[in-house]
Amino acid sequence: MTVAITPELVQQHQLTPDEYAKIVAILGREPSYTELGIFSVMWSEHCSYKSSRIHLKKLPTRGKLVVQGPGENAGIIDIGSGYVIAFKIESHNHPSFIEPFQGAATGSGGILRDIFTMGAYPIAVLDSLSFGRLDDPQTGARNRRILSGVVAGIAHYGNCFGVPTIGGECRFEPCYDGNPLVNVFALGVCRKEEIFYARAAGVGNPVIYVGARTGRDGIHGASMASAEFTEESKQKRPNVQVGDPFMEKLLLEACLEAMRTGAIVGIQDMGAAGLTCSTCEMGSRGEVGIEIELDRVPQRATGMTPYEIMLSESQERMLLVAEKGRENEVFAVFRKWGLEAAEIGVVTGDGKLRVRHHGEIVAEIPNRELADEAPVYDRPVAPLPDLPLEPGPWPHPADLQNDLLRLLAAPDVCSKRWIWEQYDYQVRTNTIAGPERCDAAILRIKETGSSIAITLDGNGRYCRLSPRQGAMLAVAEACRNLSTVGARPVAATNCLNFGNPERPEIMAQLVEAIEGMAEACRFFDTPITGGNVSLYNETLGEGIYPTPVMGIVGLLKTEAPVTIPFKNPGRSVVLVGGLGDSDETCFGGTEYAKEILRGLWGLPPALDLEYEQRVHSAIRRIIGDELAESAHDLSDGGLAVALAECSFGPGEIGAQVDLSSDLRPEILLFHEAPSRILISTAHPAQVAAIAAKYEIEAPVIGVTMEKGLEIRQRTVTLGAWEIAALKSTYDHALETHLA
Amino acid sequence: MKFGVIVFPGSNCDHDAYYAVAHNLAQRAEFIWHSDTSLGGVDAVILPGGFAYGDYLRCGAIAKFSPVMRAVREFAASGGPVLGICNGFQILVEAGLLPGALIRNRGLKFICRQVHLRAVTRDSIFTSAIQPGQVLRLPIAHGEGCYYADDRTLDQLEAEDRVLFRYLDNPNGSLRDIAGVLNRERNVMGMMPHPERASDPLMGSDDGLAIFRSVLNAMPVSA
Repeated sequence: MTVAITPELVQQHQLTPDEYAKIVAILGREPSYTELGIFSVMWSEHCSYKSSRIHLKKLPTRGKLVVQGPGENAGIIDIGSGYVIAFKIESHNHPSFIEPFQGAATGSGGILRDIFTMGAYPIAVLDSLSFGRLDDPQTGARNRRILSGVVAGIAHYGNCFGVPTIGGECRFEPCYDGNPLVNVFALGVCRKEEIFYARAAGVGNPVIYVGARTGRDGIHGASMASAEFTEESKQKRPNVQVGDPFMEKLLLEACLEAMRTGAIVGIQDMGAAGLTCSTCEMGSRGEVGIEIELDRVPQRATGMTPYEIMLSESQERMLLVAEKGRENEVFAVFRKWGLEAAEIGVVTGDGKLRVRHHGEIVAEIPNRELADEAPVYDRPVAPLPDLPLEPGPWPHPADLQNDLLRLLAAPDVCSKRWIWEQYDYQVRTNTIAGPERCDAAILRIKETGSSIAITLDGNGRYCRLSPRQGAMLAVAEACRNLSTVGARPVAATNCLNFGNPERPEIMAQLVEAIEGMAEACRFFDTPITGGNVSLYNETLGEGIYPTPVMGIVGLLKTEAPVTIPFKNPGRSVVLVGGLGDSDETCFGGTEYAKEILRGLWGLPPALDLEYEQRVHSAIRRIIGDELAESAHDLSDGGLAVALAECSFGPGEIGAQVDLSSDLRPEILLFHEAPSRILISTAHPAQVAAIAAKYEIEAPVIGVTMEKGLEIRQRTVTLGAWEIAALKSTYDHALETHLA
Repeated sequence: MKFGVIVFPGSNCDHDAYYAVAHNLAQRAEFIWHSDTSLGGVDAVILPGGFAYGDYLRCGAIAKFSPVMRAVREFAASGGPVLGICNGFQILVEAGLLPGALIRNRGLKFICRQVHLRAVTRDSIFTSAIQPGQVLRLPIAHGEGCYYADDRTLDQLEAEDRVLFRYLDNPNGSLRDIAGVLNRERNVMGMMPHPERASDPLMGSDDGLAIFRSVLNAMPVSA
């Protein structure tokens, strides 16, 4: 069957006339229908990063510990003792809106394959989730259904696969009503000499397909992820794939076992753009050609066309190149695990992706041009329309007693136990600190005797006010989270969730955020070893807040963690970093502004990178010297929320604090200036000495006590609360919102 | 002594069980592949947690047909200690080696949480190292852990002192708070909570180690 290539068909494939002309120039002829499909997925925004590529180059990617930076399936960091960790974050936003359970499940599946493709055994998953308002009269029911489905999907896949989901974050804003964000981070560990790369090599070597059969599911998933949502998007449900975590678990064990035979040359998973992407990328990286015969591809449906086979995004499939003559060693492993494997082609020396169907050539494209020479755009930017700098109506005096309860009940702030209890966060018995125990999740690495800490941070509200400053604050907070558990931040991955880059004001947000992130990551010496860009996060023309999410990893000793809650009464409560400063303008992005004043204005909190870093050094020293009994950084909801959260331990130990400040009470209690960590200590003098050494403030603001939380400002009581009432509100709020 | 840890396709707590007995309890241990027909001279067998065969059809429903289960049956019949943890418990129930059934949690959601247990019977090789009255803190992680049996079976379990553990804070709706049971011969046990995850203080509790230690203590000669 020959399909005529018309301008309409080209447009349906989301290729511009210029892009089509480039294709014709590369091929020296008109493409076939199959070739058009292949180009359209490889040159989609999702696969080619065509709008972001020139800006991503600004990110720091090198460092002493970086073994593999961007460009592979995951970044790799040396953690010593002969071991490395591989990690990356990826989005599955669009599929999760269309079909929340399978969208989120296959998002987890995809990033897990990226990790074990590199030879690393996955040992951790974290997720960053953004949803619309749960209580909105129009959209609330749908948003609750999306949240439940996404959480169940992540749980189903990770729990069955056997990887612990140990942390993450979850936020709610109206801008995510029609466009939830599902960003999944995964991390694995392997011996340094056992890293595998997604490179084909060795002319004449066999190309082997293993895993699930290819079906008609997920065709054009990558292109779908590169378009805005419209009313017709609901019809794209067949574009969402269906995940099978059991198959993935078998693939994991079998692939790692097959790698140990030494007979595998290169391996890549089939994720976005399926067989197309894995063949041409492996060929391009290895500077070789790959020829495959589609008749040999295991198929789930009959009568599939070459176009469908090449573009299918059926899950749980891997492509590998084995050493010629040693195929049987590889096949034996897959047989043991009950997996279907087939030799579908061969590595060639001509640099081309050649696809045959019933012996006929249906596509013949140079790998390098297809994989690496997608058009790159320097899209125009235009300044964002500013939000008002000054707040709207602000009732005085504030009802502080009630405001704290309202903030603890806010979906952004309250306990996410309802979510994380559905995740197995302990399997593989490495979890030293799982969800909500510390500011970062902590895993021991049994092989090295050391540990790693991981955190995800993003803040769309700050980034809406200033993408540059918001991105810097996200990096600073992530590094602070790690330092608060005593870890040294070493490397990062990023997930850049933005709207339509063809709109100059959206493009401006992307560029600003990347530049801010680059500056902060350079400053904190946390190179970005890989990540993901998700654009076109818009529904019916309504863009999300710019939402860059940082995943940062730190290294630390293996020991019992210093957790969030106060442990004993009578201890000094020290605010490492000091009370901080704020004003009405810098208060506009806070949770208080959102929940109590119902506004968003002004600027994000001010950030002094040098000071922030000295605070990190000091807290790592305090934790390392075992001076702190509890530690918790200040973030959403500021000091008052942090004090409450520290009181929610099993003993419900609270505190009496007295703040020496002239700030307006609600600003003092709820502002979100960075660089602040709340600790309780039996050794205030030693803590003070460390603070002095690093030239930071660390006032003793109060003392822990058996019952209640009381906050004063220069001896005037601002509020006094029963811990049980605060805790009950905090613990049950999410269930209440979901009911 | 030597523990054998069965590995079904989809087992995912196999390494955790292995680590607990080999590292935390410092005994010998080996993995036994599901298609093996012999247990190869181990002194006790652990069926670990996970999702054997994807838990398709019903938890444990396919695993019970694995070739290795014939060897497990024979080992049990000869009096060898068999421990089924979580998915392992589900498999033993499906295989008919333990009574009752495990159905979906009362709340219909997967739950991962620390729970509190009390050892009910003192008369078992799995609980002898647990102090009388001791409350154990162990994690659960399951979607289908609600223990269910008809009243007659439950009465019989109680009359024969075969309830191994009860929840103090029943998380999943298990009838009569049952978290673990014994077979009539008292050498096969199943429990939903994970003792292997609570075998190291760094993981938040080492209360689970007492269960493996009990099995070790029951060995006639320390092999």
